[in-house]
Amino acid sequence: MSLRAPEVVSSPTKKSDLVANHNRRWASGFVIAAVLVWVFYTFLLPHLGSGVNTTVRQWMPLNSINEALVWVICAVGLNIVVGYAGLLDLGFVAFWAIGGYTAGWLMSTFIQAVNPGFYFLSSAIPNQPGIHLNWWLVLVAAGCLCAMAGIVIGAPTLRLKSDYLALVTLGFGEIIPQIFLNAETFTNGAKGIAPLDNVAPLPFGPASVAVGGQTIKISAPLGPFDVSAKYVLFVIVAAFCVFVSLRIREGRLGRAWLAIREDELAASMMGVPLMRTKLAAYAVGAFMGGLGGVVYAVHNNSVFPDRFNFAISIILLAMVVLGGMGNVWGVMIGALAVAWFNSTGLPQFGDSFNTQFGTNINFPSYNFLIFGSILVLMMLFRREGLFPETRTRQVLQEAERSDDEELDGGEA
Amino acid sequence: MTITAVEVADSRPVLLRREKAERWVGIALLVGLVAWLVWNFFASPTQWINVALDGLRIGAIYALVALGYTLVYGIIELINFAHGDLFMLGSVFCSIILVNWLGATSGSAKDWIDLLLTLVLVMAICATMNVTAEAVAYRRLRRAPKLAPLITAVGVSFIFQWFGLLLNGSTQKNWPTVIPQGGISFGEVTLDYSTIVVFLVTIPLLLLLSWIVQRTRQGKAMRATAQDQDAARLMGINVNRTISFTFALGGAMAGAAGVLFLETFGTTRYDAGFQLGLIAFTAAVLGGIGNLQGAVLGGVLIGLIQGFNDGLPYGLGQKWSQTVVFTILILLMVFKPEGILGKPTIEKV
Repeated sequence: MSLRAPEVVSSPTKKSDLVANHNRRWASGFVIAAVLVWVFYTFLLPHLGSGVNTTVRQWMPLNSINEALVWVICAVGLNIVVGYAGLLDLGFVAFWAIGGYTAGWLMSTFIQAVNPGFYFLSSAIPNQPGIHLNWWLVLVAAGCLCAMAGIVIGAPTLRLKSDYLALVTLGFGEIIPQIFLNAETFTNGAKGIAPLDNVAPLPFGPASVAVGGQTIKISAPLGPFDVSAKYVLFVIVAAFCVFVSLRIREGRLGRAWLAIREDELAASMMGVPLMRTKLAAYAVGAFMGGLGGVVYAVHNNSVFPDRFNFAISIILLAMVVLGGMGNVWGVMIGALAVAWFNSTGLPQFGDSFNTQFGTNINFPSYNFLIFGSILVLMMLFRREGLFPETRTRQVLQEAERSDDEELDGGEA
Repeated sequence: MTITAVEVADSRPVLLRREKAERWVGIALLVGLVAWLVWNFFASPTQWINVALDGLRIGAIYALVALGYTLVYGIIELINFAHGDLFMLGSVFCSIILVNWLGATSGSAKDWIDLLLTLVLVMAICATMNVTAEAVAYRRLRRAPKLAPLITAVGVSFIFQWFGLLLNGSTQKNWPTVIPQGGISFGEVTLDYSTIVVFLVTIPLLLLLSWIVQRTRQGKAMRATAQDQDAARLMGINVNRTISFTFALGGAMAGAAGVLFLETFGTTRYDAGFQLGLIAFTAAVLGGIGNLQGAVLGGVLIGLIQGFNDGLPYGLGQKWSQTVVFTILILLMVFKPEGILGKPTIEKV
């Protein structure tokens, strides 16, 4: 055995440069795509004639893109927990719900006890009861609240085995929406909280600029139907989440997460504080879940408890698994694709199919089958997702013990 | 160095402060629970007994489902998320076979025979489905990282739900039951006919299961496989077939539970399996997962807790029942993951 220094040592800087370059390319792609979509929907679409217009509005309305962005935000958050740290969280909807209700409490007339209303940099209709905060502040508040909830949930449960942890998170994902449904004094029960305040991008007076025959509101309160302005806001939040998860991954904390995911014992031997690191993953993931909740509430202009069901947690998981656990860009693409497919693609395809062939098949009812099959098939045949990281692929496709396989073979 | 007897006696395991605190919190919770039960009993004794009987009935059904979780977990350490949905499918199959095909809608003698026939059929169908799911989805992932089979089980659960949606439609359906409403009255206490039937079916099934696991060759193979798959294989046990057999047993129990559930409550819903399954899983954990007697004990206890919470004058009421059960699940997982009858396990590295 030679005692030469391993050659890997010589290339760490080069490798991180490569990663950074790779990410930079993706990031500029993200920005360009986001701007292009916005320009297309705001300026080009109205001039393209009614045929194109109808098709686009049917197959890819800006509203569905906005909703997909909500999913992106949450999926990127879940990716931190499942993809980076390798902790299976089946109750992510809890954070989504907490975020949504924070928006409901802090951005509406719901809290009647505060009368006259409390306004802070808000663009809501004045002289109403209730708390009215600027929506950026609500984002921060919801994120922090969820991060705390994540720590509270995580602190006692994270020392459990991975499969028990999944069950506990599942329990929380069931309990929290039920509390929101049943505690009617605080949440208005099944009637939900609606409408929410108008959102303004900036806390200053209204201003608008006319460009190319379109009035662009810079800081006017956005009504429920100002879809394209909301799109810009949602893109900014999504970009923030993507940015944070990319940067954090390169740092000390991110590397600790990956180490835990790959081998908990080895990581703790190397001095990674297991509990603290796992809790951090929970908190950061939950923070993004909270952002997603607020964005979802603003998108729908309402909060209803029945929207927060188990299916949401599973669809988020499917997005993360499909896109490639741990790869932020992959997860983002997975989330966009699955969300669009779920909200618009499948029903629209079903409508076209039914009118074309004169059938009457309820296509949206197949989404259980489709998502279930996605999960099973991906786990069986492509565990690393559609856009895998090299690193994840190596871990998940680890060679299985050959002795056992021989024994299996002899048996069959 | 020799150790004297006194020293041995003194070297009891030293409890950490946190462990002590946990123990006291646990005792306080138990005392509170008992006090609440006693108070309620004196407030209205007949209602208490009626509610307890209802709780025992649903508890027996939970026990059957919990057995499926515990069998599968005991042998391959997989939490089979799809098991609750299999139970739901059992009730849907029962509604289709019993009411739509056999037309058993009243309590005539023929209908009772049909019910028995349906019970056997549904048990066979559910067992087959569970075995198929294992062969298609879980078997290939047996050596994979733990996340993979869990996610697969969630996927299978979704596929089962879709199947339930296809067969049952998206809304709750009400069905006529063979078991008549009402029951035998002892003063103000009523023993429902459905309770009697549930016990008449559940107890023999439990005895049969425990006989299979404890006394037969196949049961011995199951226990060996649960202990050490590789060693079992070296001893000439067909591990794949043993695991399939375990899934078949679990599936059959879920099917029986589905039939009993339909006959008791007369409703089917495609998404009932998820929550009821989670409650049954709580029961399995409460008793100590991997332990058959524990699953039965846990099922009965959870059923009683749910019944008491639903029906007692000072309970939280039905709408909070699931929240209560899931809170118990979380508290258990955190403070006593090994359950009542289970042994604490050290995670293998």
